[in-house]
Amino acid sequence: MNIENLVQISETEWEIPTYTRHDMRVPVRLFATRALLEQIMDDKSLEQAVNATTLPGLVGSVIVMPDMHQGYGFPIGGVAATEYPHGVISPGAIGYDINCGVRLLSSSIELESARGEMDSLATALNKYCPSGVGKEGVIKVSLKELDHVLRDGSRWALKNGYASEADLARTEETGSLEGADPGGVSERAKARGRGQIGSLGAGNHFIEVEVVDEIFDEEAANVMGLSKGCLTVQIHCGSRGLGHQVCTDYVQQFQSAVRKYGIDLPDRELVCAPMDSPEGQAYLGAMRAAANFAFANRQLLAFAARRAFEEIFAPGKQNWHLHQVYDIAHNMGKIETHEVNGKQMKVCVHRKGATRAFGPGSPGLPPEYKKIGQPVIIPGSMGTASWVLVGTEDSMTRSFGSSCHGAGRVMSRSKAKKEVQGDVLRQELEERGIKVRAGSMPGLAEEAPSAYKDVDAVVDTVSAAGIARKVARLKPVAVIKG
Amino acid sequence: MGFEEISHTADWSVHVWAEDVPSLFAEAARAMNALAGTVTDQGPRVKRMFESEGTDVESLLVAFLSELVYYQEQDHGLAFDIFALKIEEPALTGEAVSKGQMLKVEMEGAQIVSTDKAIKAVTYHNLKIEKTNRGFEATIVFDV
Repeated sequence: MNIENLVQISETEWEIPTYTRHDMRVPVRLFATRALLEQIMDDKSLEQAVNATTLPGLVGSVIVMPDMHQGYGFPIGGVAATEYPHGVISPGAIGYDINCGVRLLSSSIELESARGEMDSLATALNKYCPSGVGKEGVIKVSLKELDHVLRDGSRWALKNGYASEADLARTEETGSLEGADPGGVSERAKARGRGQIGSLGAGNHFIEVEVVDEIFDEEAANVMGLSKGCLTVQIHCGSRGLGHQVCTDYVQQFQSAVRKYGIDLPDRELVCAPMDSPEGQAYLGAMRAAANFAFANRQLLAFAARRAFEEIFAPGKQNWHLHQVYDIAHNMGKIETHEVNGKQMKVCVHRKGATRAFGPGSPGLPPEYKKIGQPVIIPGSMGTASWVLVGTEDSMTRSFGSSCHGAGRVMSRSKAKKEVQGDVLRQELEERGIKVRAGSMPGLAEEAPSAYKDVDAVVDTVSAAGIARKVARLKPVAVIKG
Repeated sequence: MGFEEISHTADWSVHVWAEDVPSLFAEAARAMNALAGTVTDQGPRVKRMFESEGTDVESLLVAFLSELVYYQEQDHGLAFDIFALKIEEPALTGEAVSKGQMLKVEMEGAQIVSTDKAIKAVTYHNLKIEKTNRGFEATIVFDV
């Protein structure tokens, strides 16, 4: 596919019409500038977006964000809504790391007053927030207790002293999705997750200490507790091995389901089942349980980060506390009501590498965010900026209340490993004043900033397109990676 | 028999070839260990058995490699490098109702000492085991 196959709607919006390929059920709507689109053309992400349009029961368009890149089956940065309850749910369109997401905590500690402690802070965060391949978590729960985690998510953390009501109020779905069914989560998945709760893992997941570098919307930043020059903590991780196993199990089971329901797809990774089928209902319950595990996981990591802040800053500062700004998923399937062709319609919105970005007044937002819109936290590539945005009225009508989720990869992992040396990269970051704690040097190399698109260009695009509004830019000062 | 890493933007992909299907499965497992940079203990060896039933041979490959992903995170991490694999048509096993084909594996390995980067899941993305003049070939995409 090339750019000539696309219809340009505006400077930041493009369409792949249904006549492009015979099996497309709906068009693809793409938010990107021409420059970002040219980068997207380098891999198979557009072909994957077209493949996604073949899912039965789709409504509107398949939406793709400017941070889009090639995944497997469904592209990263994709949003697809299927009619509820007869449309399908596709585990591959939500992703293996169910409820991979981001939590942002704010503080009133000014960087300038804390520069001397940054090294110790990075070490303390590394000590209290377990990271790395298969690493075990802050606590180990019994299988019975794990079922409570799966059913209640952050509410389980609250009951056990790891969270406050204020944390839950500022978490998507208050960190506890209804309809979670621990019974639909296999023993294998539970075995993988049981020891990992409260751990960061590896890959692109991280904990960063950042400074609020620039504020674009004073009112929204005030409401969120973000002050220029002050430290924040960003936690990016998901449901660890448990979520991966849930997706693995259901992608395997749905290989038979598509035959049973006569669904023909161009890629087996897109397998799906009608939401009102026993298979679809089982996956929905298990997916929600895995999502609750991820909410609880990020809550435990926030608890651990607070412990590190207390250890480093409590002796010398009166106000060292970390306050929750928001916690939001970017790999999730949610039953939501949206306007489609002028009609209110209940749909399942699949977001894979896309963040929910509900506009002001939307249901489910805490009272203080009702006026400004849902906070959207965009992690940057290590060493570059991260962003805080809010959802808009436009995002509700044009992208099923969704926005981008990050910078988006542009270089393959194998190429990054060849071109970047982990220890050299660490040295470079340290010279720029960013403290780095990393479990694996090859892993660090794969996540080099040069392997990603320019996050500022991605954010400028969603902002210009009107599907999110800028609130603040954050710059990293310490990075903890598995 | 062999494998080579294929460029993939977000994840890892490997092309594997071998003279027969069981050897292809074993080579895919070794490719996984190599990609992950897995180093195992030189001490005591461990043995495990695995059986799976699938809609076709590709689903057996995904099930087999997913089993190895599972073991990476169990018993403080286990990796396997020796495999005895048998793929059977269910009709030959005498099973009345079956989804497709059966896989039986005996595998031997050791405790993982270190891993550069874990493979978290095995995908079906464009997965097709094809007969070629090199025997059998497949390209597998892993989530990392």
